[in-house]
Amino acid sequence: MSGLTLGPLPGLVLSWRLDPLGAFFALVIVGVSLAVTIYALGYGRHWPGRPFLGPAYLVFVASMLGVVVAGDAYTFLLAWETMSLASFALVVTDHRQAAVRSAGWVYLVMTHAATALITGAFLLLWRATGSLSFAEWAAAAPRLDPVTASAVFLLGLVGFGTKAGMIPVHVWLPRAHPVAPSHVSALMSGVMIKLGIYGILRVAFEWTAPGPAWWGVLVLLLGAGSAVLGVLYALMQHDLKRLLAYHSVENIGIILLGAGAALLARSEGQSALAAIGLTAALFHVANHAVFKALLFMGAGAVDAATGTRDLEHLGGLVKRMPATAALFLVGSAAISGLPPLNGFASEWLTFQALLVTGRGAPALWLALPPLVGGALLALTGALALACFVKAFGVGFLGLARSARAAEARETGRAELAGMAILAAACVALGLGAAPVVSALGPATAALAGSAMPAGGAVLHAQPAGVIAAGSLALPWLAVAVVALALAVPALARLAAGPVRTRVVETWACGVVPQPLNEYTSTAFAKPIRLMFRDLVRPVRDVDVIHRLGTRFVARIEYRSGVAPVFERYLYRALTDRLVATARLLRQIQNGSLQAYLAYLCAALVALLVLAR
Amino acid sequence: MIEAGALAAAQLALLIAIAPGVNGLIKTLKARLQGRRGPHPLQPYRELWKLLRKDTVVSARASWVTRAAPLVYAGAIATAALLVPALWIPAPLGGWGDALALVGLFALARFALALAGLDQGSAFGGMGSSREVAVAALAEPALVLALFAVALRTGGTDLSATAATLAALGPAAITPGQLLALAAVAIVIAAETGRVPVDNPDTHLELTMIHEGMLLEYAGRPLGILVWATLLKQTVLFALLIAAFFPWGIAATGGGVPRAAAAFGAKLLCLAIGVALAESSQAKLRIFKVPELMGAAFLLALLAVVTDLVLA
Repeated sequence: MSGLTLGPLPGLVLSWRLDPLGAFFALVIVGVSLAVTIYALGYGRHWPGRPFLGPAYLVFVASMLGVVVAGDAYTFLLAWETMSLASFALVVTDHRQAAVRSAGWVYLVMTHAATALITGAFLLLWRATGSLSFAEWAAAAPRLDPVTASAVFLLGLVGFGTKAGMIPVHVWLPRAHPVAPSHVSALMSGVMIKLGIYGILRVAFEWTAPGPAWWGVLVLLLGAGSAVLGVLYALMQHDLKRLLAYHSVENIGIILLGAGAALLARSEGQSALAAIGLTAALFHVANHAVFKALLFMGAGAVDAATGTRDLEHLGGLVKRMPATAALFLVGSAAISGLPPLNGFASEWLTFQALLVTGRGAPALWLALPPLVGGALLALTGALALACFVKAFGVGFLGLARSARAAEARETGRAELAGMAILAAACVALGLGAAPVVSALGPATAALAGSAMPAGGAVLHAQPAGVIAAGSLALPWLAVAVVALALAVPALARLAAGPVRTRVVETWACGVVPQPLNEYTSTAFAKPIRLMFRDLVRPVRDVDVIHRLGTRFVARIEYRSGVAPVFERYLYRALTDRLVATARLLRQIQNGSLQAYLAYLCAALVALLVLAR
Repeated sequence: MIEAGALAAAQLALLIAIAPGVNGLIKTLKARLQGRRGPHPLQPYRELWKLLRKDTVVSARASWVTRAAPLVYAGAIATAALLVPALWIPAPLGGWGDALALVGLFALARFALALAGLDQGSAFGGMGSSREVAVAALAEPALVLALFAVALRTGGTDLSATAATLAALGPAAITPGQLLALAAVAIVIAAETGRVPVDNPDTHLELTMIHEGMLLEYAGRPLGILVWATLLKQTVLFALLIAAFFPWGIAATGGGVPRAAAAFGAKLLCLAIGVALAESSQAKLRIFKVPELMGAAFLLALLAVVTDLVLA
């Protein structure tokens, strides 16, 4: 709204501004960072001597805020690069481990490739408008020629989509998030990747006029693909933090489904419908930030207490770490999209956005993507539920599968306080869904030209004046569920009198149950692994090792995993080309002094000719 | 306000009361179709009464999740029972939640029960949970797409408005798209209620059970609550099918409740006969054949959507 300029270098000015969209993202950044910082105060004690809240952390949080209040391209890129570098430094906190360094490199390379694409989009906009100011880009958007607009959109979508973790440019995310310290994972997964969404929304809704319909269809396809593949890959993981990282890919997909529906409706000139999709996308941005940060902090608490993040070595923590378990359960229910928590509210809005966009579409090929997207969102939700039944059920319930898990101690007060703030936010954002949607009005009005009507405590999915809408009043549904759940035992007691409870051992066909008898994380996901094997491409490897020269089996090794499809078919081809080009160029550097002197001479002559 | 509360209590009491009877009817019909005498249709009531009076046995390994799960399960399904219009329009809590909220409440119930299956450290519970969530993941997309197909015709996901629109249309409500969506939802309901060909409600054979596996460690009163809630879920799904596809005869605000009750009872009887026929005429599928069945349901729902869009 108001511009503020600061100059770090003569001739270069930084420009800042705060508009409704930036303010919304700033609120998410500040709110989640606050809870995560409280958590980190205690969490850092498990690793003394390491700067858990050191300069890199502070610069990281500040640069994220810088990204959303930047008023021109120069300031934006400066903040964006600072954010990327600070987060890289945080990812490689444990840089003595080779796996951490390798994950850090993949992240660094991909984030810079993304910045190159974003810079390309900015340069195109600069050429078209002659300005670097975001406000002037927005003003000039209607005059942008369609080809430039589409080029800007595609560059922005892939560039910002890389930061967001959209499939197929997601491969850095499941590597970098698990190896970072958990409070950093919480911020990166919860907040930083959302700034990719921020960029996509700016590019697609503000700096370009309503584009052709294929923009919306493309975003819907990418969203549905990210959502379904993200959750399927998550189900195949046993490392709790890697599992959560893949769920970020999934949730970015859900956000893109809402944004894609909004783009499609906008290209058809239906701003009232676009407002629903955009509201759904923004609402899910906030919700995912809250529950994903909560879950990563929970995973960090488990890691600190047991020394492992492998679900196959956890179990029984609900008794050893009751508060952490309860808070992790709230996050699990929220991310699984269960009423009355926040995940359900924004997924419900996304469903409605997809439905009304499909119904309002002028042609069959434009109606099917949102409607089928709705079905794939349902698939995603049901698979996410399966994954969190696995994560919580195997990680926290049943018998402990390792000695460390059996002796785990409850985490500290600061950690619990940080998690409790976000767990409370999960409940508040769910019960308060209708006021939240009203509060998102200015941001959606600025982008889509229309806002969802405020409806008191009840969320109405349709613009005013349309009959037979869907409506949702989560506070009252919550009251009904709780009241009826409490009424059930009371009524049973009233009707049939009191009964006694006897405590005995679990039935395990006559033996004392052992952790080995339990369903493992691998076994739990097996039906889904087999049912969706054409999509996830599971691989398994069984080695039977015989004792030398005999038929006796010494050891059987079993390894299972998922074929790295994107790495093998997409990135391999790219890196192979890159290496081949580098080899070609290497011939210039042949080690001969005379040749180098000749280069120098040629360069000098060329410069003299040019500068004459 | 008081009147609305009374209507809600009346609908809930009605659905809870008839839920075991509907199942008893299906069992008796099935037995007759298979040449057996079968149990008395009121047998489920006797069994529930026995379970509710019995002392309970809890595993020493269980946490509070095992104790809370039956209550959350029952609470969520009972709330869902208030979102569907059964005898009259609007549904008691119709303004508070739509068809998608119903799907969400069933998901909440499933989440609670699947966690309870993993809580006692028994392999059977884990097996049941694992299969339950996998089958549900296949069923849910088809269900949502079929609900979208209905919503394309009736305007939205509000079940009361859907039933009112279709009831007002009369026989004109039957369209190709509606029939395709009906077939899809019928297949999904077979999966959601744990019926042949997805699960067998009559078996306790460890290698085949899905729903029963999760309940294995429950006994006495909590088991009774879970069984009754599961029967209620079946009746609610039948009521959903009736409201979204053939709501004719449903009472508008005011009068006609006796007529609506007769119509509702007749439709439930037809559904019971249909279930008995389906369960007697086909075998249970291997679990890894279930995706093909659910894929068929998904395709039917997709065809329903396309038909609706093309014919609209």
